[in-house]
Amino acid sequence: MIELKREELLISELADLLVNDKHIAVGAASPIPGAAALLVKEESKLQNNRLRVTILHSNKYNNFTDGARELFDCAAQGRIDTFFLGGVQIDGEANINLVGTGSYEKIEKRFPGSFGSALMYFVVPQIILFREEHSPRTLVDKVDFISAPGFSDENIYRPGGPKFLLTNRALFKFNKQKKRFCLLKIHNNESLENIIKLTGFKFDVDDKITKMSIPNKTRIDILRNKISYMVSEFYPEFADRIWGV
Amino acid sequence: MKQFDELSLLEIVDEVKDGDLIGIPADYSGVPMMFTKELIKKGVKDLKLYCLPLTTIQGDMLIGSGCVSEIEAAAVTLGEFGLAPRFSEAVEAGHILIKDSTCPALHAQLQATEKSVPFMPLRGVIGSDIHKYRKDWQVIENPMKCSGHKNEPILLLPAVQLDVLIFHAPCVDKNGNIQIGRRRELATLSHASKKVFVTTEKILDIDFFDNELSAATCLPALYVDGISVVENGAWPCALPGVYGQDNDEIKKYSIAAKTQKGFEDYMKNYLFT
Repeated sequence: MIELKREELLISELADLLVNDKHIAVGAASPIPGAAALLVKEESKLQNNRLRVTILHSNKYNNFTDGARELFDCAAQGRIDTFFLGGVQIDGEANINLVGTGSYEKIEKRFPGSFGSALMYFVVPQIILFREEHSPRTLVDKVDFISAPGFSDENIYRPGGPKFLLTNRALFKFNKQKKRFCLLKIHNNESLENIIKLTGFKFDVDDKITKMSIPNKTRIDILRNKISYMVSEFYPEFADRIWGV
Repeated sequence: MKQFDELSLLEIVDEVKDGDLIGIPADYSGVPMMFTKELIKKGVKDLKLYCLPLTTIQGDMLIGSGCVSEIEAAAVTLGEFGLAPRFSEAVEAGHILIKDSTCPALHAQLQATEKSVPFMPLRGVIGSDIHKYRKDWQVIENPMKCSGHKNEPILLLPAVQLDVLIFHAPCVDKNGNIQIGRRRELATLSHASKKVFVTTEKILDIDFFDNELSAATCLPALYVDGISVVENGAWPCALPGVYGQDNDEIKKYSIAAKTQKGFEDYMKNYLFT
C-alpha cells in the first residue's frame, strides 16, 4: 500500500466534492484547495470534460484579466460554482471568523482579516469550508467575530452559502434548513468519540457515516507527478514541504 | 516636449505628506518596496493605508516603523509565511485603527470615485460584523422597481478618494504610459487617486499605443504625475511577469519581525545596506 500524507488525503477528499463543477476558484492561503481543483481539472481532461480553475494567487492558472475585482464580479454573476473559505474560528451555524479572537474592540489575537468572504459566502453556490486544525479552539460554539454569516434572512440576496466543512479529521455537510452540520466521514485513525470531544459545537451524525476514502493509484500518480509541480508555481513552500519539489 | 516628468525616488517620497491617505497595492500588483524603504527612512507619520485589497510586508514594515495611524484592508498577512506580526501586535495593543473591510468593498469604494458618484452598492456583507463596525456604511432598501429584488436590503459604500498612490511597474513607454498588464486594479487605484507616482524597472523607447496588444495593457500617462526608474524596485516582493517573490527574504523577515526588537534589528540592516 502507498503511504499517503494527510495533506494528500485531504486534497483527494476535496477533489471528490468538485467533480460536478464547471468553474472552481481558489483564493488566498489555500494550497490544499488549489491542488484539489487542479487535480480535478486534470482528471476531467482525461474524461474529455472541460473544467475551468482560477487560482487567484497564480499567474498561470488564472482566467481573469480585469484585475482583482473580477473574482467578485464573476462570482456575483453566478459564474463560479465552488469557492473555499477558511476561518480562525468556524461555529456550529457555519459563521466564519477570519479577524481575531476576543471582543473586537479589545482583540486578544489578531489574524489577517476577512478577505473576500463577506461577498463570496453569499453568492457562490457551493462554499467549502476548509480548516486543517480540528480542535475546540477552531470549531467553536459561537465565533467571536462574524466575517461572513452562515445563513441570512429570507429577504437578503443569497444564492450561495456553506455546503461542506473539511478538517484534517472529518468531513461535515451543512444542513441549511436545520442550520447545523452533519458528520459524513472521519479520518481512518479517528473515532466518533474523539471527533465529538474535539468539536466545539453540536452536530448531527449521518446514518451512513464512513471513513475518508483512500485515493487510487492513478490519482496519486497525477497528484505527485503533475499537480505537485503546478502547485509549486504559486505555493512553493507547501509544494516543497509535501512533495519536495 | 517630454510627455512625462521623470523624478528621482526621493522626489516621489517628498510627495507623500504626513496624514495622507495612501493607496497600497496587493502583493500581486507591483509593490513599490524601494520607495517604501525611503519613505520609512524619511520618517513619515500618521499615514492612512488604503489596501486594495490587502497588504503584506509593505504594510507590516510601515506599521512596525511607526508610520501608520490607520489602515483599511481586507487582510494584512505574510501569506505562506504566516501572520503579519507588526500589524497584529499594533492592532492588539490598540496602536493603530483598523477599518476592517472585505475585498469587493475596497474595490467598490474606489469604483465610486472612478465614476465620481457618491456611493456604490454591494451585495453580501449584511449580517456580518464587518458591517456592524463600519459606521460609514449604510443599508437601504433597493429603490429600483425594474431591477434587482423588491424589498431587498442593499449595502451602500461611500466613495473613497486617495491622496496619493505609488506602485511599481515593469516598464514605461517613451510617452509615460505605464505597463500594468492584467493588473487592472492599478488602474482603479490610479483613477481614484489625486496624485499617482510610478517606480519602474525601465523606460522603453517605444509607444505602447502603436500596437493594440500593448495599448490594452497600459495605464495612460494622463493619470500619472511622475515616474522614477528604480531597478529591482519591488524586491523582495514579486513583480508579475518579471521576477518572483524572494521567499527566503520574506521568511527571514517573518521570523525577525515576531518581536519589535527583532524587527528593528532587521530594519537597520534592510534600510541602510
